[in-house]
Amino acid sequence: MSLFDGGYTIRRFALSPRRLALWILTAAVLASLPFVVYPVFLMKAMCFMLFACAFNLMLGFAGLLSFGHAAFFGTASYVVAHALKVWGLTPELAVALSVLAAAFLGLLFGLVAIRRQGIYFAMITLALSQMIFFFALQAPFTGGEDGIQGVTRQPLFGVIDISNNLTLYFVVLVVFLFGLFVVYRTVHSPFGQILKAIRESEPRAISLGYRVDHYKLTAFVISAALSGLAGGTKALIVQVASLTDIGWQMSGEVILMTLLGGMGTVFGPAVGAVVVVTLQNYLNAFGSLVSIVIGVIFVICVLLFRRGIVGEIQARIGR
Amino acid sequence: MIFDLPLSYLGLQLLIGLQNGAFYALLSLGLAVIFGMLNVINFAHGAQYMMGAFLTWMLLDWVGVSYWWSLLLVPLALGAFGILIERALLRWLYDLDHLYGLLLTFGLVLIIEGVFVESFGASGLPYNKPDLLAGAQRIPLGALTGNEKDVMMMPVYRLWIIGVSLAICLATWFGIEKTRLGSYLRAATENPMLVRAFGINVPVMIMLTYAFGTALAGFTGVLAAGLQAVTPHMGANLIIVVFAVVVIGGMGSIMGSVLTGFALGLVEAFVRIAYPEASNIVIFVIMIVVLLVRPAGLFGREA
Repeated sequence: MSLFDGGYTIRRFALSPRRLALWILTAAVLASLPFVVYPVFLMKAMCFMLFACAFNLMLGFAGLLSFGHAAFFGTASYVVAHALKVWGLTPELAVALSVLAAAFLGLLFGLVAIRRQGIYFAMITLALSQMIFFFALQAPFTGGEDGIQGVTRQPLFGVIDISNNLTLYFVVLVVFLFGLFVVYRTVHSPFGQILKAIRESEPRAISLGYRVDHYKLTAFVISAALSGLAGGTKALIVQVASLTDIGWQMSGEVILMTLLGGMGTVFGPAVGAVVVVTLQNYLNAFGSLVSIVIGVIFVICVLLFRRGIVGEIQARIGR
Repeated sequence: MIFDLPLSYLGLQLLIGLQNGAFYALLSLGLAVIFGMLNVINFAHGAQYMMGAFLTWMLLDWVGVSYWWSLLLVPLALGAFGILIERALLRWLYDLDHLYGLLLTFGLVLIIEGVFVESFGASGLPYNKPDLLAGAQRIPLGALTGNEKDVMMMPVYRLWIIGVSLAICLATWFGIEKTRLGSYLRAATENPMLVRAFGINVPVMIMLTYAFGTALAGFTGVLAAGLQAVTPHMGANLIIVVFAVVVIGGMGSIMGSVLTGFALGLVEAFVRIAYPEASNIVIFVIMIVVLLVRPAGLFGREA
């Protein structure tokens, strides 16, 4: 049995009246949500949703388990914090820079890691990200254990004031939707189809003449860049970059979000991210209980619930 | 004098390097044995090592059981724990992709560490090692440096770790490569169906292999208890380095993992002498170089 059950088919996008109504409803919910729920929580959740979907490009669609995605997420958050605080850049430049940094790191990781597959790939990415962690711990400009704190939200493009959480919510919403759109377009493209072909059978893809390593590397870079977008935006929101964003636990968390939501589904990981972030929000008061609960969910997911929430729903509806 | 450093300092650093290497060797040996038989990368190896150290501390502090008895009892207890995990959880995953084994054992790490942090806090607990292993051995260096006053103090406990690790590694190698049981094990690694057809109970062998691997992690934990403060997080960071060690060595051979472990401990020590800031990452850098030059690892076979 392979990591994945069933394939994925391309469906055409048609704007029927019912679809239109659904879109309008979604937009209304997204616009009114920050008046009901604390905006900072919502923004953080969106960052992790994007992070999980970006991670899933690797695991769900290329079949490569990266255990080092915190390196991209965390590096980007450090870059944004540093660029805003020390260099005084505007937020959009800082975030753009962080995406570039994450993509470049992804390229370096990819060049080394795609030389091995499966379990070795996971161990290599984990080891590489631990190297980045030590760098963040020891480098003179990352603030060691304290991280970079007290990052101010400079005006966006130099004009739009985003120190207000509500304004920032809509900015983050745009970034988030853009990120998800990129994920969606990547999956539903010829490139995405070839990735799936590689996932199902690498030798077959090679025999069909595809340069498998190039595709894997490109997927890695896209995934890293989007993870960077998520991490950089998060630093802007919480105004802190710290070691939690870059440690191996974070790499593990994003795997759990993806597994829980349903790997191999486009937006399942986002659902998983919401569940995990909400859980952490409520359990944080109980100290290390969070870790135990997350561990238990991990074990249950692996043993009984491998399709994840969205995957399970899709299987029940029988699409 | 090398790098303008006294010989006694160099000697001590190399000793520490060898002793770290002993830990790398023991842990990567356990990982390799488990992977060979179960095709599972045991992420919980570090947590089991931590449990070994805690159990040693509990035995002395709560019940008054000595270090020497711990050396025997703790691996047995961890082996039993391993059997429990294999029977209850891991065996359901053998038909699935290998990555699920990694993910399951990662979940176990979070649970185990969480439970220990909850019960003991994150700060360290001190362990009193037996008097026999405390103190340091005085080694005169006058013959080497020409100065009668040059002496080197070798901590006995680190020497003990190196010696006992070497013995365990050799015994494991002998057991797997030279005995009848070991030959069954190697055969079952190659082709479990065929070995089963010869009437050998492969599922029990798999279970005992995992138990042996966790027992080895527990034994390493006992050794660590006498060396450093016992904390819930002592295994997590170590195991990631051991993963890199395993990637460098390749999981093809028992001797390969042992040699790679000791050698990398020494290399790390040299780097700590020459450029201390890089000592944390040198093993990862070596891993990158090895992957670029010889992707299967130094002792690995191309899959």
